[in-house]
Amino acid sequence: MAVPEGLKDGWTISTAIICALAVTPVAAVVYLALTPEPGDDIWSHLVSTVLPDYIITTVGLMIGVGIGTVLIGVSAAWLVTMCRFPGRRIFEWAMLLPMAMPAYVIAYVYTDILEYAGPVQGMLREMFGWQTGRDYWFPEIRSLGGAISMMTLVLYPYVYLLSRAAFLEQSIGVLEASRVLGRGPWHGFFTVALPLARPGIVIGLSLVLMETLNDFGTVDFFAVNTFSLGIFDVWMNMSNVSGAAQLATVLLLFVALLVLSERYARRKQRFHNTSSKYQALPGLRLRGKLGLLAMTICALPVLLGFVLPTWILIEYAVQYFDPLLASEIAGYAWNSIKLSLLAGGLAVVVAIVIAYSVRIRGGQVLTSLSRLASLGYAVPGAVLAVGVMNVLGPLDNSIDAYSRETFGISTGLIFSGTIAAVTFGYLVRFLALSLGTVEAGLGKITPNMDGAARSLGHGALSTMRRVHMPLMRTSVLTAVMLVFVDCMKELPMTTILRPFNFQTLATFVHQYASDEQLGEAALAALSIVGVGILPVILLSYAIARSRPGHGQVMARPRQKNKMSKGSR
Amino acid sequence: MDGLHIHGVHHAYGDTKVLQGISLTVPAGELVCLLGPSGCGKTTLLRLAAGLERLQAGSIAIDEKVVAGDGVKVLPEHRRVGYMFQDYALFPHLDVTDNIMFGLFRWSGEEAKARTAEVLRQVGLEQHAHKFPHTLSGGQQQRVALARAIAPKPRLVLLDEPFSGLDTNMRVRIREQTLNVLKEAGVATLMVTHDPEEAMYMADRIKGMGEGGNVLQSGRPTEIYYQPVDEYVARLFGPVNEIVTEARGREVKTPFGVVPARDYADGDRVKVLIRPESFSLSNAANGSNSRRVEVSASHLLGDSSLVEFRLADQLDDSENQLFKVQIPGNFDPLDHTRVWIGLAPEDAFVFAGD
Repeated sequence: MAVPEGLKDGWTISTAIICALAVTPVAAVVYLALTPEPGDDIWSHLVSTVLPDYIITTVGLMIGVGIGTVLIGVSAAWLVTMCRFPGRRIFEWAMLLPMAMPAYVIAYVYTDILEYAGPVQGMLREMFGWQTGRDYWFPEIRSLGGAISMMTLVLYPYVYLLSRAAFLEQSIGVLEASRVLGRGPWHGFFTVALPLARPGIVIGLSLVLMETLNDFGTVDFFAVNTFSLGIFDVWMNMSNVSGAAQLATVLLLFVALLVLSERYARRKQRFHNTSSKYQALPGLRLRGKLGLLAMTICALPVLLGFVLPTWILIEYAVQYFDPLLASEIAGYAWNSIKLSLLAGGLAVVVAIVIAYSVRIRGGQVLTSLSRLASLGYAVPGAVLAVGVMNVLGPLDNSIDAYSRETFGISTGLIFSGTIAAVTFGYLVRFLALSLGTVEAGLGKITPNMDGAARSLGHGALSTMRRVHMPLMRTSVLTAVMLVFVDCMKELPMTTILRPFNFQTLATFVHQYASDEQLGEAALAALSIVGVGILPVILLSYAIARSRPGHGQVMARPRQKNKMSKGSR
Repeated sequence: MDGLHIHGVHHAYGDTKVLQGISLTVPAGELVCLLGPSGCGKTTLLRLAAGLERLQAGSIAIDEKVVAGDGVKVLPEHRRVGYMFQDYALFPHLDVTDNIMFGLFRWSGEEAKARTAEVLRQVGLEQHAHKFPHTLSGGQQQRVALARAIAPKPRLVLLDEPFSGLDTNMRVRIREQTLNVLKEAGVATLMVTHDPEEAMYMADRIKGMGEGGNVLQSGRPTEIYYQPVDEYVARLFGPVNEIVTEARGREVKTPFGVVPARDYADGDRVKVLIRPESFSLSNAANGSNSRRVEVSASHLLGDSSLVEFRLADQLDDSENQLFKVQIPGNFDPLDHTRVWIGLAPEDAFVFAGD
């Protein structure tokens, strides 16, 4: 309403173009998979050799991480919302800390300390007088089990956040009813609270599994043959694009299943919110041994997922500090920052265009388009990388051919292997983050506020400047920050799409740590963790402000956009 | 004539017709109230008058100038209309003063400040001038919204369910204050509500609106309350007692005496509607139109009582029918108390039966 009439169709057209661009990489992957080059068609070969292994490993990883994150996330959320024990206030936000830790970073750290030459096994050998590895059994960290543990430790906060929100949203009345009807608190948990929270838990779990499918750094380092790794292997080592695309398409089926189950859970969740007011939760007091147990259950994931690895990284960073290396890392950090800021800024501009065209124009078509544009968050980085490469490559070639024909000048590769390619990949994958945040902000400006401004004599532009801009500022900054942080951490797309010899913090850490030079990479890894803390602080702040019983809006997790996307 | 003139306005959202040929006039200085059920297009009409909705058919003029229709479309910011939204739509990032000053940007600084102080005093919020909306109570927010709407001295004020967000006690106080402020401003005001009491308290004239988005009856509160043109308008003012019977010899016989049949002929099925507050109740027979009944229940409503009784009567359809009577004061009868129910014939409305 706050926009001149003439611009209306411009909005719709821009949104349509953005959505088309956002969909092309995935479309390209599917197209490549269905129309393989005659010599490249190795589908039957893949099926008879590696595909079963990829499927079994990927499913195994998903099951392991799923069980682990639900066990930790749900029990911590329940303890923190419904019980009272020492340190509860701190754990309420501290449980989120591992979110700042990329899975690949924690994997490098634990490999470093748990492998044969590491301090833990060394200490054990010294204590018990063992001579070689044959004298004792020690779990191999570079394994499927290791990957499951690493991902569980850093991904459980998603389940924690969403089940915490679900527990808070439950009217305490139903739990009290269960008590009055003569049931103990634990019975109430399993028969009332848990079933009511199930949709929230499912949403958290789907986000966890999407991240699991997206992971490249950990499985690459551990040599665990998941789809993401397989795509890279077939593409890079066998130079077979069609095969990679075929694997990517199978992976997309997994993703589609996750997205559908998430949507399904959301549909149910809506009916569960009977009361919008949070009552002060009574809090089951846990004393003595029980209190200690609760503390341990909450403290262990935080210690293992954040405190210990951060401490080790700090030790290494100090121990291996070298001014030359530090200035080199500063250069990579600057690369990361430039790239992430560019992507963050663009993502927000694009999100504003989409959000406003939906608001102004409305209608089913635009709403569906905006949802389509944000589906990229579910697509693993490896798949998007294949897609982006195979959209930009042919585009470059045709521009080059056209230019040579008409002007006799070769343009070479304009987009491929440039910052534009990486940025495009980031945009497609993280648009959902900015769109969700911007939409949430815009939702707070009711249409009647536009109406009020207009009837008080302000034109469209003045309304935009005096009402929308001040009210949207926080959401816009939050959106930039969320995209920025995720770009800083992103590894698979950056690895493939970056310009030649262009290092970012993430690629540098991955390269050095893979070469068993974690000491040198520690400073860079620590920087990534430091940046990752930003959204955690934001979330913690929101949680601290929204004490149950004060009627405040619950904090939404980092993926609040992912959440709000599906809720409509 | 100054004020708002709406002529022949039709409006539809997709296939849903919400307004069908509505015409009305709000003279300057008068408060006109649209009374109707929710979903009858009342809010749409306000939005059309303010220019927030595109006019589809008809015309709208303010102070003799067409603002919409006949190829004219004046943007909302140029209409000089004060709009008070049902959700108040206060700007959350501005304090009370800045919310009110928002519409005074064309005034000089001194004048704007003076005007803001003036309207703040009118609505009694001088002490809250620098608070932010979310720290105010519902009633205070309502008054900020009113102050903001009237501050730029609009030619027309539109009020959309202005008291619906308030609790009962607050509503009565705020209603009185709002009426005073509007009368002081002497501005043409169009208000929509579904609350008949509110409409009768506030309005110089009431327009009863039907589901079809048209005006069924227009008149002063007493006219439309005491002489509804049809059953629908009668029911806009609350639940009524209903007797279905037949007209005989230009009269209709009811358990409470005979009432005039108006122009219904012999044998016509008619419906007699009687408001609960139209009955009188006494301990002795009072004229011919009264009847002795046994009270079955009585509820104290505060300043009035709702008395219920049943009639097992020879009249068709009214077998053991429940009647409700509302009388002033407390009426606390013993069980099976018998009282006399009286009815003035002119207080019974006779309309065609089904």
